[in-house]
Amino acid sequence: MKATTSLLGTLLFSASVASLAFTSQQAEARTLQMGLGGELASFDTSQVAGGVWEAQVLMDVFEGLVKKDPKGNLLPGMATDWVVSKDGKTWTFRIRSNAKWSDGTPVTADDFVFGWQHMLDPKNASKYAFMLYPVKNAKAINEGKPAPDTLGVKSLDDGNTFQVTLNEPVPYFEELMTHFTAYPLPKHTVEKYGTDWVKMSNIVTNGAFTPTDWVSQSSIKTVKNPDYYDARQVALDGIVYNNIENLNAMVSRYRGGQLDIAHSHGFPVTQLKSLKRTLPEDTHTAPWLGNEYYVLNQREGEPTADLRVRKALSLAIRRDILAEKISQGAFDATTAFVPSGIHGYQPQSNDELSKPYAERLKEAKELMKEAGYSPEHPLNLHLRFNSDDWNRSNAVAISSMWQPLGVKTELDNTEATVHYQSIARGDFDVARAGWVADYNDPQNFLTLMETGVGNNYGAYSNNEYDKLMQQAAATMDQGKRYQLLEQAEKLAMDDYAVIPLLTQVSRNLVNPHINGWEDNISDDHPSRWISFDK
Amino acid sequence: MLSYIIKRIGQAIPTLLIVITVSFFLMRLAPGGPFDGERQLPPEIEANLMAAYHMDEPLWQQYVRYLDGIAHGDFGPSFKYKDFSVTDLIWQGFPVSLTLGAWAMLVALIIGLPLGIIAAIKRNSAVDYLVMGIALGGIAVPSFVIAPILALVFGVILAWLPAGGWHDGALPNLVMPVAALALAQIAAIARLMRASMIEVLGSQYIRTARAKGLTPTEVILRHALRPALLPVLSYLGPAIAAIVTGSVVIEQIFGLPGIGRYFVQGALNRDYTLVMGVVVFYAILIIVMNLIVDLLYSVLDPQIRYD
Repeated sequence: MKATTSLLGTLLFSASVASLAFTSQQAEARTLQMGLGGELASFDTSQVAGGVWEAQVLMDVFEGLVKKDPKGNLLPGMATDWVVSKDGKTWTFRIRSNAKWSDGTPVTADDFVFGWQHMLDPKNASKYAFMLYPVKNAKAINEGKPAPDTLGVKSLDDGNTFQVTLNEPVPYFEELMTHFTAYPLPKHTVEKYGTDWVKMSNIVTNGAFTPTDWVSQSSIKTVKNPDYYDARQVALDGIVYNNIENLNAMVSRYRGGQLDIAHSHGFPVTQLKSLKRTLPEDTHTAPWLGNEYYVLNQREGEPTADLRVRKALSLAIRRDILAEKISQGAFDATTAFVPSGIHGYQPQSNDELSKPYAERLKEAKELMKEAGYSPEHPLNLHLRFNSDDWNRSNAVAISSMWQPLGVKTELDNTEATVHYQSIARGDFDVARAGWVADYNDPQNFLTLMETGVGNNYGAYSNNEYDKLMQQAAATMDQGKRYQLLEQAEKLAMDDYAVIPLLTQVSRNLVNPHINGWEDNISDDHPSRWISFDK
Repeated sequence: MLSYIIKRIGQAIPTLLIVITVSFFLMRLAPGGPFDGERQLPPEIEANLMAAYHMDEPLWQQYVRYLDGIAHGDFGPSFKYKDFSVTDLIWQGFPVSLTLGAWAMLVALIIGLPLGIIAAIKRNSAVDYLVMGIALGGIAVPSFVIAPILALVFGVILAWLPAGGWHDGALPNLVMPVAALALAQIAAIARLMRASMIEVLGSQYIRTARAKGLTPTEVILRHALRPALLPVLSYLGPAIAAIVTGSVVIEQIFGLPGIGRYFVQGALNRDYTLVMGVVVFYAILIIVMNLIVDLLYSVLDPQIRYD
């Protein structure tokens, strides 16, 4: 009798504990309201335009072979493990056996083969197809020559194994596997619905969340994907991505309690100081893999083709003023091209740029005199930037820093589309540009100074630099490769190939009751790790 | 009357054709294209994009293709919002702008008309100066000043209303954008109403009405109001068309998914099809609104007959 009572008591107790645990879990799980500074172009990754806000939505609803933890470290994703051949050209991934699309259909290697072919099919005109160019035949396929099925990817072992053949070894290949261009595509629904597979009534995804509703310019709603292999570890019920282009409005909505996270970018540069004072726990800033620099046009006949002029212009700039006064700490001053923070890589700069200002100015004046310019015979420069208050403030400040050298600067500001079209054509002397990394590797920045690369707006060209870059590309050992890249960067900085100015800082507002958010260099924050305090 | 309407619709077709043609070519004349951005595209990728959007064809062929599409009710795909067609976007955004605009216009009329009438009756008095002073302020202070202030005071400091968002048009989300939109309209309507009321009140037949011994209220409501409304009415046609096609500023600041933003966003992105779609839609709306106003004229003013 006694035993029965205690057994009953235990049962009752455990039942009540279980129900308690259940209710508390329910209270914890919530829908996350996230503000994003722009709108997703499409759930079809081949149609994506490349905004940071787009990457956020896509990484929450899809998952590649490799995924990221809150700090940005790599973890197995759709693949449980992988091997690379000795020559570094063949990667074999084993697909997770319980990986499923949100309709319960298993994710197989065929979905990856199909997705990558879709990305490279010229008919789909993907802006980001070049990310997969390291794969055998990828570039040729995108150029319309061989058929997409000649791509160097294979589904083996009944779709349980995905094999990739590369043209050359790619040291950052695992990192590349987290990019949206390497996501799988639900072959079964694309074949069924065609381009309508992305419609909210048809869409299936393989990530922790899946979209249910999309009002253009307003919000995208997603719910937790119950078929996600790790669904039990996902705390949120769903996420609403609020598209808020106006960053002042973003802050108002965060302050009004309508948003839990304001991301990419959470607030305008001008509000950094006041937010740090009024919402110190919510305001997050962290180094980010992005730079801000001035391009120097080095095409023949340009005054900036003269090394002395390039050097003088760079020497005369007071980067501390740009960072502290104009950007109020929302950017960091730099004299290197690659932002710091890439593990194992030491950004290179020109030592002359760290001399005291008075010395630099003196040297700059002398250099300009040698080049034949002085306040009496001024150098007339056209400085181009895309219309934006912050860009303008920088341009005005820099042109006044150049004044003592005898430089008369004319500011040409145009909207972004015209700006980039003009500088791509070489229609400028000096121009504003910036770059945010596609993947966490210095090569992604340094390629911007290689001969003939489309984004090398200033047409800087140095054989030795190109050779170092090629050597680095063929080196599998990370340490050695970074050394070669460091040499290349040093060379370009000694050539004054560009004027490095600032490195970017990520700006986010995060509710202090949120767990699982870690500031990181890529500013990637997969929501599957996010939860609320109890 | 019916034949008049048919005639007007007939006239509208060439008007629309001119609007389409001019905006199509103006858009293409603007420097920069839909694929120019921060990143230079590799040439083969740019070629693929040009082919996908038929931009590799001669311009006249693109124009013919566009006209053919419109004739079949197809505004084409958006260059930027890839998962939506331009028609989808307009039909998704227009109800939002229409709801906002209709509320704002209603509020503006309910407040603006009586204010204008009162100012006219009490001409050159303290009341008149006060009303007109406020109206001048309403016109002079732009919405991009008013809207953030409203959002800050009522959305953040007092936290009475959501600082932004649409929420399927929930009332609390509507209050601030409607107020911000209505303010300038209240001012414009009050000023117009006052001016035309003063003019009407000075005319012979009002003097006759007064001489008949009618009370001031009767004079205003029965004799002065109808003719005094005519200038307001002709203002309302285009004003309604403008307000229901959305306000870029209000939509941006309150994060509302109307079509106003497409005007600016579309133009900045060189999203040719989206801009064209919105322009054509706007043109149709203006033509329709003007037609309605002209028809209402004949109701208000017996001298006007369309037969």
